[in-house]
Amino acid sequence: MMAHTAIEVDGLTKRFAKVTAVDGISFSVETGTTVALLGGNGAGKTTTLAMLLGLLEPTEGRVQVLGHDMRHERAHVLPRMNFSSPYVDVPHRLSPRQNLRIYGHLYGIRDLGARIDTLIGDLDLKDFADRPVGSLSAGQRTRVALAKALVNEPELLLLDEPTASLDPDTGDWVRSYLESYQKRVKATILLASHNMSEVERLCTHVLMMRKGQIVDRGSPAELIGRYGRDTLEQVFLDIARQQGHAAE
Amino acid sequence: MTMAVRQKSPVGLSFGRINAIVLRHYYLLKGSWARIIELAYWPAMQMIIWGFTTQFFISHSSWVAQATGVLLAAVLLWDIVFRAQLGITVSFLEEHWSRNLANLFVTPLKATEFALGLMAMSVIRTAIGVGPAVLLAIPLYHFSIFDLGLPLIAFFTCLMIMGWGIGLAVCGLILRFGSGAESFAWATVFGFAPISGIYYPVSTLPGWLQPAAWMTPAAYVFEGMRAVMYEHVFRWDLLIGALIVDAVYIAIGIALFFVAFRWARRHGKLLQQGE
Repeated sequence: MMAHTAIEVDGLTKRFAKVTAVDGISFSVETGTTVALLGGNGAGKTTTLAMLLGLLEPTEGRVQVLGHDMRHERAHVLPRMNFSSPYVDVPHRLSPRQNLRIYGHLYGIRDLGARIDTLIGDLDLKDFADRPVGSLSAGQRTRVALAKALVNEPELLLLDEPTASLDPDTGDWVRSYLESYQKRVKATILLASHNMSEVERLCTHVLMMRKGQIVDRGSPAELIGRYGRDTLEQVFLDIARQQGHAAE
Repeated sequence: MTMAVRQKSPVGLSFGRINAIVLRHYYLLKGSWARIIELAYWPAMQMIIWGFTTQFFISHSSWVAQATGVLLAAVLLWDIVFRAQLGITVSFLEEHWSRNLANLFVTPLKATEFALGLMAMSVIRTAIGVGPAVLLAIPLYHFSIFDLGLPLIAFFTCLMIMGWGIGLAVCGLILRFGSGAESFAWATVFGFAPISGIYYPVSTLPGWLQPAAWMTPAAYVFEGMRAVMYEHVFRWDLLIGALIVDAVYIAIGIALFFVAFRWARRHGKLLQQGE
């Protein structure tokens, strides 16, 4: 049965020695929505995603994903979620098809050959499906990483800067694909991004982070109105430079 | 669950996920002749050098002449330890270098399945590495290690387990200390060589060093090998000794690997692997 809330985070904190990377944040993400974690470098976005994925143990706080506690029930949740980040590679010496086969086995996908063929078709990988990933362009690699992230057709997709370093055309293609995937599967997507137009286009809700804390939240339109600005980028700059007023 | 893509149960150990780790490294080896040649190159070179050394000793030493091939057998068996350990650590390093650990551990893959996958790869890499040297020794020196008979299976098993124990411990060090600990992958086994009684009996060592020798499974194996080759007897006491010390090695290796894995998960090192 599908939980109404896909992600429930309560008092989440991560400290590395004397540095507090994430400082007691709480938020929830409704099932079937696309939500953005926005913030400058070092705001705590990637650390938050890593804790949601179970790659990083929180110092304090609780993370519940798809109705399961991530500290004790990861095995039940991981098959239903996936992730992609430009900072984590798939093996470069292997081809996209080989990578998909390996990850398909790791997710225990039945009818794996058919699933791989579908992904190769959907993400337009056919021309380079059997070439080493290391020989592909940045845009092609992003599509391969996205195919890896979708191999188990996840209910929850966590994306760290999904269109970083892509040209506008490829970036637009990725955004369109994510929109269609979200609509088709009714998936929940949480993405960390610096790209304001991407966030405005894809996301119904935004969590603004600075120095490990959530300093404001709302829909893109609400945030723009609250700060008296014309674009989300201006709101982002206000918050990053600690100008405008943060919400209570 | 709303997923259209059907998955097998994620709970419990999964042969499919262990197989995925093996498949990942099989693809890597299949696509790189340089890696396969490198695997077989060093054992073959070692065997050739020690083969000629043996031929020289046979004409100058009655001890070696009593059991032709004792040095060659020692070379080949010692290489099993080295290849078993490298099989684990190099497979792990391939994931570390390609910054793939985070991708692996957001799947349902368990650390235990990952370790079992590395062990399976270790057997494959050892076979690729030592196999050609074993076969080459037959036409070159008329020496077949298979003449050891069934004891060879016992020796192989004990030495593989020793290599796995050291290999997992080294993986733990790499997880804990990062790329700076990579040299342990190549250097660690050689630290055990002087006290393992590979080319000489443990009794050759100074008295104060002999207890250290009996703390390595290899010392029991090589004494057992000499017993088979010189006295034509299989020493069960040595096999039991090797297995007991092996149990300690594998327990320490597993413990270090899991402690380091837990540490990496607390400190975000699974995301920060690579150069």
